[in-house]
Amino acid sequence: MAKKPQLAADTRPWRDPAAKPFVRIRHVTKKFGDVAAVNDLSLDIYKGELFCLLGGSGSGKSTLLRMLAGFESPTSGTIEIDGQDMSKVPPYNRPVNMMFQSYALFPHMNVWNNIAYGLKRDHMPKDEITARVQELLKLVKLEDYAARRPHQLSGGQRQRVALARALAKRPKLLLLDEPLGALDKKLREETQFELVKIQETLGVTFIVVTHDQEEAMSLATRIGVMNQGEIAMVGEPTEIYEFPNSRFVANFIGSANMVEGVVTEDEPDHVRIHSTELGTDIYVDHGVDCSPEQILWWAIRPEKVVLTRDRPAPQPGVPPDANMVKGYVEDIAYLGDMTVYQVRLDNGRYMRVTKTNALRGDPNAISWDETVWASWAGASGSVLTN
Amino acid sequence: MTEVAPPPAPPPSGFLTWLRRLPSAVGISGRALVIAAPAAWLTLFFIVPLAVVFGISLATKQFGQPPYSNLMTTENGTVQLTLHLSNYIRVFTDPSGIYINAFLSSIRIAAISTVVAILIGYPMAYAIARAPDKWRNVLLMLVILPFWTSFLLRVYALSGFLRGEGVINNTLALFGIAPLTMMQTDFAVYVGIVYSYLPFFILPLYTNLVKLDPSLLEASADLGARPIRTFFSVTLPLSMPGVVAGAMLVFIPAIGEFVIPSLLGGPGTQMIGRILWDEFFAKTNWPRAAALAITMLVIVVIPIMLMQRAQNAVVEGRR
Repeated sequence: MAKKPQLAADTRPWRDPAAKPFVRIRHVTKKFGDVAAVNDLSLDIYKGELFCLLGGSGSGKSTLLRMLAGFESPTSGTIEIDGQDMSKVPPYNRPVNMMFQSYALFPHMNVWNNIAYGLKRDHMPKDEITARVQELLKLVKLEDYAARRPHQLSGGQRQRVALARALAKRPKLLLLDEPLGALDKKLREETQFELVKIQETLGVTFIVVTHDQEEAMSLATRIGVMNQGEIAMVGEPTEIYEFPNSRFVANFIGSANMVEGVVTEDEPDHVRIHSTELGTDIYVDHGVDCSPEQILWWAIRPEKVVLTRDRPAPQPGVPPDANMVKGYVEDIAYLGDMTVYQVRLDNGRYMRVTKTNALRGDPNAISWDETVWASWAGASGSVLTN
Repeated sequence: MTEVAPPPAPPPSGFLTWLRRLPSAVGISGRALVIAAPAAWLTLFFIVPLAVVFGISLATKQFGQPPYSNLMTTENGTVQLTLHLSNYIRVFTDPSGIYINAFLSSIRIAAISTVVAILIGYPMAYAIARAPDKWRNVLLMLVILPFWTSFLLRVYALSGFLRGEGVINNTLALFGIAPLTMMQTDFAVYVGIVYSYLPFFILPLYTNLVKLDPSLLEASADLGARPIRTFFSVTLPLSMPGVVAGAMLVFIPAIGEFVIPSLLGGPGTQMIGRILWDEFFAKTNWPRAAALAITMLVIVVIPIMLMQRAQNAVVEGRR
């Protein structure tokens, strides 16, 4: 569902150090009283991207979006859009439009007038407005609803009116604040798909704020994970999920089993970590920027752990005593597509393991109260130093 | 999820049960009882007195106690109902035109005062609604504060400002400006009405404006509207119910205003309240006074109904 990279991997603009960013955020800080909602944040966003700002409530993602729209001005730092410094530009003169979380449709105007509002402010000729509104109504599939007032529409229809209104002036940059937050799950999935399609068709740069990681993963070309007013990590969805750069990101995106450990071997081609928390040694089959005796963390996604009834055979290249641990299945949650196992390790710690239910009604599936071995490959986990 | 049914309540004692069932047994539902109280109040203190006034307006003046003729007379066993329309006819056809003029000037003064109240009150209500939270209650308090003093006193105090040797003229004299005649003019009446009724305009408008979703204003700005444009395209249309409610609260009492034209107005300020007073107390012509009162009621009710309809249209458009 995510926007497919249309360009070959090595020419993706954010991977090209010479590429000129469309939005440049430089050392932006926004303070409300003594509290910094956004703290010395720098970020580049490129033309045609669908960039997701992902974070919990209070992470500063909405404040950042409002600064891009011009509703808040940074306490310090600069924001450039398309090469132009925005600090002195009021919202009504910015080449930016926003789709509000509450949609903010004008209740006293019908759908047509809501969409035409921005065009009228630009004093566009009447027949051009008519043509443009007609085209937008078609784009969001609301041709028959032009005369309705917002309160006569369903949530999904309102969302589409809001999108059409935000797109009406053909902005170079569209800001979307929790665009799908108010929709139910099924509608959200359909709309996600449409949103990506519209973004691809029009070639507008989208910046989407969301707290829903699934939404961010499926929409975005890149995700910026925000935490306490700072960008914790920027990357493509796979990077964010598979190669988190910190404990916060590993925990925030998806679920992860995270343990503390001490480096016992630090070689260029592998690292060995002793973790009393896990009750075993962890063998990582690639070099890590760390030093012997360093305390660090290691995280592994539940789906990357394999459960077996018998002690698994040692994996090639992995020492026989590492990367496996004995446990006891204490709880099972059957989710249909997969099963979540809550495994209690011998030292009392719990490990979360998921298994795809590839076989229908598998009679041989591991069940409650069984003693199992959990094992993983040397490249499965992430070593986190902060 | 199934809900566990609560255990059945123990059966109440015999008398209480009987008492509880009594109203429904004689055909009174709880709902009727709830409506009965305000209905009785309105009947007793509004409909009945209004009917009495209407009755008096159809009588003629006579000397004695009461100072009007009986509508119903019994003669030789025949009940006769005599309704005089002369009072109403006189209201509209009096050769001096005094009543018609009083109505027209009342409407004019009330209308102008309402417009002035809107022009002054709207920015005030807007400023209070947009003020920081900590200031808002203080500002509202300041708007309501004058109500803590008697209305009569405040109007008297105004005359202290407006009269020939008053505060304003004394201040002007310091700068060598000739004194202005303000007392006993229509101007003083406007000042009095606007000053007295401004809070009634501000409060309903404030409650409307404070509910206005700020994201609508942001959306308007985002779509390229400057603040002025946003005001006329978004804020003003959405605040119309508040403006209408506030304007009604100024216009309606202003039409019947008696104290302010009496204390501040001159002999030229003929408002219907004063005429009514004269008719009732000076001329003891109760039937004519009653006819004037009923006519005024009709004049006031029509704009109320029109405004209510306009307001409903706006409100229905919103929700």
